[in-house]
Amino acid sequence: MSWFGRYLRSSIGAKHAMAVTGLLLLLFAIVHMLGHFQMFGGQDMYNKYAHFLQNLWEVKWPVRAGLIALTVIHIVLAIGLVAKNRAARPVSYAVYRPVMSSATGRAMAFTGLAVFAFLAFHILHFTVGMVQADYFHTLDPKGRYDAYSMFVRGFQNPAIYGVYLAGMVLLAMHLGHGASSWFQSLGWRHPKYPIDRIGTAVSVFLFVGYMIPPTAVLVGIIKLPGA
Amino acid sequence: MSTLNLTLHIWRQADRKAAGKLVTYKVKNVSTHASFLEMLDILNEQLIEKGEEPVAFDHDCREGICGMCSLMINGRAHGGQRATTVCQLHMRLFKDGDEIYIEPWRAYAFPVIKDLCVDRSALDKIVTAGGYISVNVGSAPDANDVLIPKEYADRAFEAAACIGCGACVAACPNGSAMLYTAAKLAHLHNLPQGQPERLHRTKAMVSAMDAAGFGNCSNHYECEAACPKDISREVMALVNRDYAKAAWVHRDRDDKGDGGG
Repeated sequence: MSWFGRYLRSSIGAKHAMAVTGLLLLLFAIVHMLGHFQMFGGQDMYNKYAHFLQNLWEVKWPVRAGLIALTVIHIVLAIGLVAKNRAARPVSYAVYRPVMSSATGRAMAFTGLAVFAFLAFHILHFTVGMVQADYFHTLDPKGRYDAYSMFVRGFQNPAIYGVYLAGMVLLAMHLGHGASSWFQSLGWRHPKYPIDRIGTAVSVFLFVGYMIPPTAVLVGIIKLPGA
Repeated sequence: MSTLNLTLHIWRQADRKAAGKLVTYKVKNVSTHASFLEMLDILNEQLIEKGEEPVAFDHDCREGICGMCSLMINGRAHGGQRATTVCQLHMRLFKDGDEIYIEPWRAYAFPVIKDLCVDRSALDKIVTAGGYISVNVGSAPDANDVLIPKEYADRAFEAAACIGCGACVAACPNGSAMLYTAAKLAHLHNLPQGQPERLHRTKAMVSAMDAAGFGNCSNHYECEAACPKDISREVMALVNRDYAKAAWVHRDRDDKGDGGG
């Protein structure tokens, strides 16, 4: 086996890879979240942004391929780690009382899978257009793909809003541990830096950031063009 | 002096291969001045008087420095009092009528030998893989010949306080031995004498840790909370950092150059 294969199979090598893939996915999540704020700029601004991203295929496909690869590596390694962790304690305790770890930290495998299921829904909804097919592939007055109206119609539906709210709660729980944990995994710890509190801050930032545009739609601040 | 009457649920297992189970015992008139291990001694006296097999548990110095005592008490390694081994845990922390669950350390790498005694030789294998420095014998160096900043000496000493009890493994949700391994590494790597073999040692000891069947660290820090010597999570960050260097850039004596160049 090559040194790299041995490295990825080692406990700390796998941990480094979880940290790096998780961090890159987190950076994408931040950029993706910020983009949605253009909903407040109206139909023209948002559709221009969507049009720009959709037609930048030289960037779009490498980014998509990269995100898929990162997700696959992150999940495959996680499954291997969970299996080894289970095997490391074949007989469980009758009474076990954790004190230092957080419930969200111990639920990483569950929240991770749930976030993955949410991502599948999200892609079927806004990328493939299967969830609300009637709202998909409508065009705006300038002949562009009308992402703005699709966004508004989507979140005017309380059930859809609920699914995204649940997805963001799960993402925030996952990052509550993950966005702190990667510092430790890469060894970036120093008493000067509050790395154990960053996870909570990042979670709250992302959760609030992601929920502002859909909530603005739900309460009627962002409306359909002409409505 | 007040005394306690307690209900104990203790893991009994005849040998490595036997199936074990929790057995309930009543123990009466335990002094609040007794240590937890003395309470078990009182129970064993009562069992011997009745002609029953006493409960086997590990202990040696009974002053908190040997690392032999190893009990999971009500779901907490060493009973959950901060920076305290079981032998230093006192019955005054319990109330009359308490029910106490007493289990052995649970890990694949720590098989139960009998009752509450586990085999912790997997920890020794990790140290054998590199927890030492290579020196020429015969000529003792002058004291203070090598200057060591106080802060580094202190950190090395804090890591060296590890008594190898295995509470970190027992308390870890994943059964990982990271805190133990990292303490042994940080003890040497905060000192100049540890530097020549630093990355080789890191790699060798982490490999031994993985090979012994311990779990993976998920940065829960239950180990730190359970450690009777209060060893900090910082030692694990140091190892994670060193392991990256060891894997990516270090030219090791074991590397046969299978990546070319």
